[in-house]
Amino acid sequence: MKFGILVNEGPYQHQASDSAYLFAKAALAKGHEIFRVFFYHDGVNNASRLTVPPADDRHIVNRWAALADEHKLDMVVCIAAAQRRGMMDDNESKRQGKDADNIHPSFRISGLGQLVEAGIQCDRLVVFGD
Amino acid sequence: MLHIVNKSPTERNSVESCLAHAKKGSKVLLIEDAVYAATKGGAAEARVRSAMADVTIYALQPDLAARGMADRVIDGVNLVDYGGFVDLVAEQANCQSWL
Repeated sequence: MKFGILVNEGPYQHQASDSAYLFAKAALAKGHEIFRVFFYHDGVNNASRLTVPPADDRHIVNRWAALADEHKLDMVVCIAAAQRRGMMDDNESKRQGKDADNIHPSFRISGLGQLVEAGIQCDRLVVFGD
Repeated sequence: MLHIVNKSPTERNSVESCLAHAKKGSKVLLIEDAVYAATKGGAAEARVRSAMADVTIYALQPDLAARGMADRVIDGVNLVDYGGFVDLVAEQANCQSWL
């Protein structure tokens, strides 16, 4: 079965990202396909490559990235939600005249159309948020 | 239809809203802080027990265990792990998160 996952909350503050990750991992283990993970609202903060949690804590960003790299997951960050929160990739950083970028390379920036497409293409869209 | 609720009944009314709207035969999965609704002596115990006449209640076992509530689950509540969560989503035609 083809799953889409929507993550609406950031890491460490709410359990949503953890729940979504563990759901995605379990779905892949059962042989299901994850069509896309879409990060919206504060969920865009799950994509910061500068995240440095204490050594004894889970690294939510790297954990998502590792799962995506292993299973070739399409992880999309909403561009408007990201820009509001100072999250940008190299291209956006240059375009906006900023001096830094912070989106992890396992994530890509795109628009809400990608969420709509996931809703259309997937058998199920599972929403995780606050 | 699978309803997914993630907030404690003492924090929000999403458990109550969900149970009030869920049609007979629906399945309700309690995750994150909503697992408190599945506990004996919890604020929603009576409500959940009466709802079990019409809907099937599930609770995410790892979230119960994380809160030290694994041995206080109301009789008749079905426990699932994340794999069971995936199965519930796959088996129902659609799912709704009560955020």
